[in-house]
Amino acid sequence: MRSLLRLLPAFPALLLAACTEPPNNPYPAGQSRQSVLYSAFSERPKHLDPARSYSENEYVFIGNIYEPALQYHFLKRPYVLEPLTLTAMPQVRYLDAQGQQVRADGPVSFSEYELRLQPGIRYQPHPAFAKRPDGRPRYVPMDPAELADIERFTQFHETGTRELTAADYAFQIRRLADPRVQSPLLGFMLDYIVGLEALSQAIGEEAKRGARERFIDLERFEFPGVTVVDRYTWRIRIHGKYPQFQYWLAMPFFAPVPREAERFYRQPGMAEKNFTLDWQPVGTGAYYLAENDPNRVMLLRRNPHYHEDYFPAGHPDAGKRLPMVDEVIYSLEKENVPYWNKFLQGYYDASGVSSDSFDQAIRIGADGNPDLTPDMRARGIRLSTSVRTSNWYLGFNMLDPVLGGLAERQRKLRQALSIALDFEEYISIFLNGRGLPGQGPLPPGIFGAREGKAGINPVVYTWDGKQARRRPLADARRLLAEAGYPGGRDARTGEPLTLYLDTMDSGPEAKSRLDWYRKQFARLDIQLVVRSTDYNRFQDKMRKGNAQMFEWGWNADYPDPENFLFLLYGPNRKVGNNGENAANYQNPAFDRLFEQIKEMENGPARQALIDEMVHIVREDAPWVFAYYPKSFALRHGWVMNAEPNLMAHNQLKYRRVDGAARAAYQQRWNRPVWWPLVLSLALLVTAIWPVAASYRKHLRAAARA
Amino acid sequence: MLDYLVRRLLYALPILLGVNLLTFALFFMVNTPDDMARIHLGVKRVTPQAIEAWKAEHGYDRPLFINTQATGVDQVTDTLFVDKSLGLFAFDFGMADDGRDIAREIKTRMWPSLAIALPTFLVGLLCYVSFALLLTFFRGSALDRGGVILCVALMSISGLFYVIGGQYLMGKLWHWFPISGWQPGLDAWKFLVMPVVVGLVAGIGDSTRFYRALFLEEMGKDYVRTARAKGLSDLRVLFRHVLGNAMIPILTGVVVVIPRLFLGSLIIESFFGIPGLGSYTIDAIQAQDFAIVRSMVFLGSVLYIVGLVLTDISYTLVDPRVRLE
Repeated sequence: MRSLLRLLPAFPALLLAACTEPPNNPYPAGQSRQSVLYSAFSERPKHLDPARSYSENEYVFIGNIYEPALQYHFLKRPYVLEPLTLTAMPQVRYLDAQGQQVRADGPVSFSEYELRLQPGIRYQPHPAFAKRPDGRPRYVPMDPAELADIERFTQFHETGTRELTAADYAFQIRRLADPRVQSPLLGFMLDYIVGLEALSQAIGEEAKRGARERFIDLERFEFPGVTVVDRYTWRIRIHGKYPQFQYWLAMPFFAPVPREAERFYRQPGMAEKNFTLDWQPVGTGAYYLAENDPNRVMLLRRNPHYHEDYFPAGHPDAGKRLPMVDEVIYSLEKENVPYWNKFLQGYYDASGVSSDSFDQAIRIGADGNPDLTPDMRARGIRLSTSVRTSNWYLGFNMLDPVLGGLAERQRKLRQALSIALDFEEYISIFLNGRGLPGQGPLPPGIFGAREGKAGINPVVYTWDGKQARRRPLADARRLLAEAGYPGGRDARTGEPLTLYLDTMDSGPEAKSRLDWYRKQFARLDIQLVVRSTDYNRFQDKMRKGNAQMFEWGWNADYPDPENFLFLLYGPNRKVGNNGENAANYQNPAFDRLFEQIKEMENGPARQALIDEMVHIVREDAPWVFAYYPKSFALRHGWVMNAEPNLMAHNQLKYRRVDGAARAAYQQRWNRPVWWPLVLSLALLVTAIWPVAASYRKHLRAAARA
Repeated sequence: MLDYLVRRLLYALPILLGVNLLTFALFFMVNTPDDMARIHLGVKRVTPQAIEAWKAEHGYDRPLFINTQATGVDQVTDTLFVDKSLGLFAFDFGMADDGRDIAREIKTRMWPSLAIALPTFLVGLLCYVSFALLLTFFRGSALDRGGVILCVALMSISGLFYVIGGQYLMGKLWHWFPISGWQPGLDAWKFLVMPVVVGLVAGIGDSTRFYRALFLEEMGKDYVRTARAKGLSDLRVLFRHVLGNAMIPILTGVVVVIPRLFLGSLIIESFFGIPGLGSYTIDAIQAQDFAIVRSMVFLGSVLYIVGLVLTDISYTLVDPRVRLE
């Protein structure tokens, strides 16, 4: 009652807000004016544990909750790493087998990264840190009776915080080794972090000895891979040289997790209530997860303990304290149609551009550049485009007797197909222009990718002085004839050449796309058989090398050429080695160069070797370099600082919102139209009259009878 | 009656066992435990060791039905089927493969589903039966013919059209209700009206025609002629006698649906952003989360059986001639 009385003065304002709110506003009255960002997610996140999550749709959340040691500079391009929680970039020492420091250009057995943390960084409020008056943890051990009464995480009323320490980063690396956590990175990192495999085995053995999900003190295991030097300093030791390791340090896998959280969540009864680290994150980031209902809404709220962090220089908002938005509300929106309509009503601050709404939002100018339609401009909507750090390709199985191998016959056949498959047309028809034709394995913006004339794939394109031009079909026919298939027939047997494309696409929506492929092959008089299958069978075929041609793509983990070129590295092939080289391409010259560039720093020497590697794969053509996808993003004029940064996962803290402008636009765009309701009621009333008349007539007729 | 119920419950056990067996066989015919592990671990950098670890962690490293490595009874009991099935019969659904508690998820999601399905069902039943009675009353007239044509027209339109059309008119064009979304508690009403109206309109065509056909069949029977001969008004005959005697076929269609209202509607919930159970099974099939799939199939079977038993019981309430023995 007392709390109700306290709210009494606010009632007039609430009433006014309720009256002035459009009735179709899906949010609480008055909220649109506040410092809140409205967004949506289409797929519920599976994992929010930073050791386990490896998906873009999950990084949207945990990237803003957890703080790895490094981050990508928000504005600088090409992408540059900078300290996030560190005082400076990590210092790397190279060591020999005896642990003695050696020169970087000599034989190196180990690399040791030393990281020094900024003092004073604190965790979000969380019950794992809550303390009793005597200093013992409030909720550890948890009274089962008390836990039985707790249904929602917010019912842990007492929370606490503590300072972030180097031990928390070390603890998370130990968690990567815990087989119960099931980190997807464990298998990969076993080759790098010293002692990780032994640690993993030891934890696994320990886990078998008692209740599987109980708390195991990970810090008591011997682990030479990570050393906590002091409260703020830790060292990570990896095998050999791996300069790309610093990029991993910017990913949530290497974000800190407090030991208290693991201790808290591993208590009996917690998992049954979905109280797990995989579900309720604990971080030091700009936001914390205030509401976790993946069936409806995910609410990120400003972390009250967030450390000093300022907008970077070179921008009108430079020097402003971050974060600039108090809350970010992600609503579940599975379908494109309602998402798009709500964006146009102003109830979402940003949107992608789906194929359904493309023509309504975008027009392609005479110069081929995309622009907003007049309707979108009138609404003050803004468009950002960027080439994603991904590639998409049509791969040839290099183990296939017809298309694979490095012999001249197969190479020329692949080159002919590379020319014949007109991906400019594909991008225009199926992507609404949202892509750049591929010239090699490296997308633009990645070190090593060249632009202009130097960047074209000379096997497929020529340079007309201004832009790349696809070679004429006659060149493809010539190569096909040289490969031994003049007119699409095997010169030795006279049989028509039939090729097979394996794809996961099926159904009516894929038909036009697959028909396009058939048409492209038919231009060379080659018959294409499309073998559509489900995800599982497709993966199985790829692992066994049973596919002849396939479509595949790669989304960069980090902006380094190594992260793309390793997809063509021989020892990384899928068949036999279960690697990511789906084409099973193996060229000793390429492999030798790869082993060199993966240990080099960016510079002219590395660029020269990358040029050589790109030249080799263009000539060998294990892939048809299809396209680099472009992302189109729309946002309303009241959202600021939404410059695309495709590598950063912690962009929310830079966003700024003009809530008053948003509320005014929402009001303007959503005035209710009541006349159809009045008309419907009038029609209903009018319809009753003939029914009543018929009834009276019916009664009279019955009486007469 | 008690004997009958006990017998029906005993019949239910082999049915549920069979359904469960079929679910296992069909699921693992399409997916292998390795596939499931890959789906859950992601597509990047997954090693064979990680796959084996995932399978061991979730108990999928055991044989499906027969364990040839074991001896004695263990050959049958130390299998995936027995391990994953026993809990179901105690309604212990366990954890989903992504680590979430399934029972909790069902409990949370069934309320929004019910909030949509129950008013749609009750108001719909009232509207459809009333409309069908109206058409029956005016049978053979222009009103009846117009009503039937309207029903056939409404039946011919895809359900998705009603959803998108409803959102376009009531949400986008006239701005009466939010296009999609959900708020818990009393705030839910403004998210409920549009899907309920859409559900009602989408169901008018076939339901009205079905009930009209039932009523017309009853109208031709002797007891109706007798009632008329006794001088009862048409309205009284219709509401008192025809409706009463048509209750058995109505109940056959209606009561069996009630338990399944918990399970929600995929399209309505997906388009209107309702956090119900409608998409839970489909999402689980796509994610190859077998724990959810088998739980939801089992729950669906149980609810269906409960629905049939309730239907039988309801017969005794509306028709004194029916006895459950």
